[in-house]
Amino acid sequence: MKRRSIMQYAAVAAALSLGLTACGGASGSTDAKAAGTVRVTLANHVWTEGIKAAIPEFEKSTGLKVELTQLGEDQLSDQYNVKLNAGSDEIDVMMYRPLQEGKAFAKNGYLADLTSKVSSDAGWDWKDYQEGPVKASTVDGKVVGVPIITEREVLYYRKDLLKAAGLEVPKTMDELEAAAKAIKAANPDTAGFVARTSKSAAVTQFSSFLYSFGGDFTDASGKSAVNSDAAKKAYAFYGGLIKNYGPANVSTDMSWPEAMAIFTQGKAAFYTEADSLYKNATDPAKSKVADTVGFAALPAGPAGSKPYNIPSWGLAVNQASGNQDNAWKFIQWATSKERTLAAQKAGVPGPRASVWADPAGTSTYPQDLAEAIAASAKNGVGHDRPEVVTVGKAREIVGGPIVATITGADASTAADTAHDAFQKFLDSEKK
Amino acid sequence: MSVLTPPRNARSQPGSGRNAGPARSAGENFSAWANRHRKWLFAAPAMIFVGVLIVFPLAWTLYLSLTDSQGSVRAASEFVGLENYLTVLSDGERFWPAVGRTLTFTGVALVCEVVLGMCIALLLWRPFRGEKWVRVAILMPLVATPVAVGMMWRLIFDPNIGFVNQLLGMVGIPPQPWLSGQDTALGTTIFMDVWQWTPMVVLILLAGLTSLSEEPDEAARMDGANAAQRFFLITLPLMMPTVIVAILLRGIDALKTFDILYATKGKGGGSFHEVETLNVYAYGLSFDYNQYGLSSAVLILFFMIIIGSMWLLTMRKKAVSK
Repeated sequence: MKRRSIMQYAAVAAALSLGLTACGGASGSTDAKAAGTVRVTLANHVWTEGIKAAIPEFEKSTGLKVELTQLGEDQLSDQYNVKLNAGSDEIDVMMYRPLQEGKAFAKNGYLADLTSKVSSDAGWDWKDYQEGPVKASTVDGKVVGVPIITEREVLYYRKDLLKAAGLEVPKTMDELEAAAKAIKAANPDTAGFVARTSKSAAVTQFSSFLYSFGGDFTDASGKSAVNSDAAKKAYAFYGGLIKNYGPANVSTDMSWPEAMAIFTQGKAAFYTEADSLYKNATDPAKSKVADTVGFAALPAGPAGSKPYNIPSWGLAVNQASGNQDNAWKFIQWATSKERTLAAQKAGVPGPRASVWADPAGTSTYPQDLAEAIAASAKNGVGHDRPEVVTVGKAREIVGGPIVATITGADASTAADTAHDAFQKFLDSEKK
Repeated sequence: MSVLTPPRNARSQPGSGRNAGPARSAGENFSAWANRHRKWLFAAPAMIFVGVLIVFPLAWTLYLSLTDSQGSVRAASEFVGLENYLTVLSDGERFWPAVGRTLTFTGVALVCEVVLGMCIALLLWRPFRGEKWVRVAILMPLVATPVAVGMMWRLIFDPNIGFVNQLLGMVGIPPQPWLSGQDTALGTTIFMDVWQWTPMVVLILLAGLTSLSEEPDEAARMDGANAAQRFFLITLPLMMPTVIVAILLRGIDALKTFDILYATKGKGGGSFHEVETLNVYAYGLSFDYNQYGLSSAVLILFFMIIIGSMWLLTMRKKAVSK
């Protein structure tokens, strides 16, 4: 058995890349169960920091021991690809991205069915979870994860620059463009607008623009809709904002750390980004504009203000683990109302309705941000990327026109090209 | 594994015909057995290592490349013969450009590294004051972690706040896009590779230079040859085997470069796949797209390219050595 698992590791490691190795030395899940240990793999996140500090509390109350592995987002994905592919039972609890990996993991049978577990404890209360996050954690009618962090796209802006220009906070996309233009013209060193520009990373932030212009990635019948008139307008608008009023020499490799850096260095007036990252802009240790940053709901497009409202991270149980009961105990504790409130107070928006209804739940948020979040939760859309199995590939395809428009190409042509590729991709997934 | 353990119930069998004589203990029995099979015993650890970590993975990759495996390697997959190879070889959008970039990256980086490395090695050849310090300084890039190197250069080359553009600004040159430019990204990563790996070439060439006998050079000097003549007609031909070793080692490494490309441009080698080499492409196919069959086909083709170019170089080395 031992020998076979070594062989499997070697095989998978080689199959994935001739260079990257995969072997880990941890023991199997039955040993862990006997020793009363839960092996938990988490991503680097503010949420994780809070949980890490509280783990002794869990260990004391349950008598279990937690073995924590913490990794960056990309490394986490790679780790899952290697270990879960090999059928490893070395992970019990896994932090995962329901919209990015959920469908693929569920299809591959990596995620344990939690349906009976979530409904077994009325005190923990699965009904307390918001509808969108629950939908995203459910695949083919089975609950495969418990959402922990939710996100909506909001507008970050600079109060001082707006005041100096004598402008109001933009309520519509047209006002946003006019304000970005005016500020850029008045301050040549400051960009009017900044946002993610990297083909794949920009897709999620572009999605809110797409919905607000009346489009979506696919239509009701599941066919590609990225070349609809609304989509073409949205591509042209998002790319145009960055091309015309963005930073000089704008890079097309920016994900949130790069775009956030430009905003927090005081080099941009407007920035659209996930609300869960707001601490980066309001923390004086990280941001030069901590005193002057304001928040507002996403400006309304022709179809209204329709930001995404999604669960960015969830906790799931590894199907191959023989330690699933202990794993569930950990999830139950980490997602309890008390822990969700504590995380939310530390700046991590959660998925529980009761915590949002509780004044303490928003007590640490800037007033304008809490209002923007409330508005977004009401009219938000439940996905921020194409809802497919191979999300990575789909993002590259539908992100193409964003980058093309930023670099000055025609949005309409780029959207037509992307449409053909995306439809081909969707057809291949159906097979 | 069983070959390494002595037979459990090894008991001496007095008077059993063939081995008549004094009784032998289990230990003696084993050492006699080990002695008879020592060539296998000594080679066993290495053979098991090679088998498990090289031959088996390679065979498995070859097998995967002939299937339509995707999503999970444990999921059911069908044998599709050479279909993956045909798909890959007819892919003019990602595969062939990646081949081109891999060869450009390796070729340009190698030429720069060997020429620069030779110049620096020649400078360091003769002893001089402070030689030790200069050598340490030159070796610095070599010990830095590639990912850290990638991050460092990414900051230095940042189009807006980077040091390089500020420096250029001082002499009146407009800011350049460097890593973020569609046409400049590959060149910039080549520069980073040259910066990091030239020291290794210097080390190899310096070792070769120090082992050269000085007589031919002195004789040429007596005959009135100038410095250039002595280098091109005496030193370089004598150094050829070492140069080829340097090219061989650095070439394999450069073909497989992944870390600095991934650290500076991320998955897919940038939004326009500007720096997507075969390695980066195969990584994306397996880790991002989970298309293991296709990815394995790319890796096998890549493997063949590496083996092929190394074979050519080794042939050349043999010719030079003769």
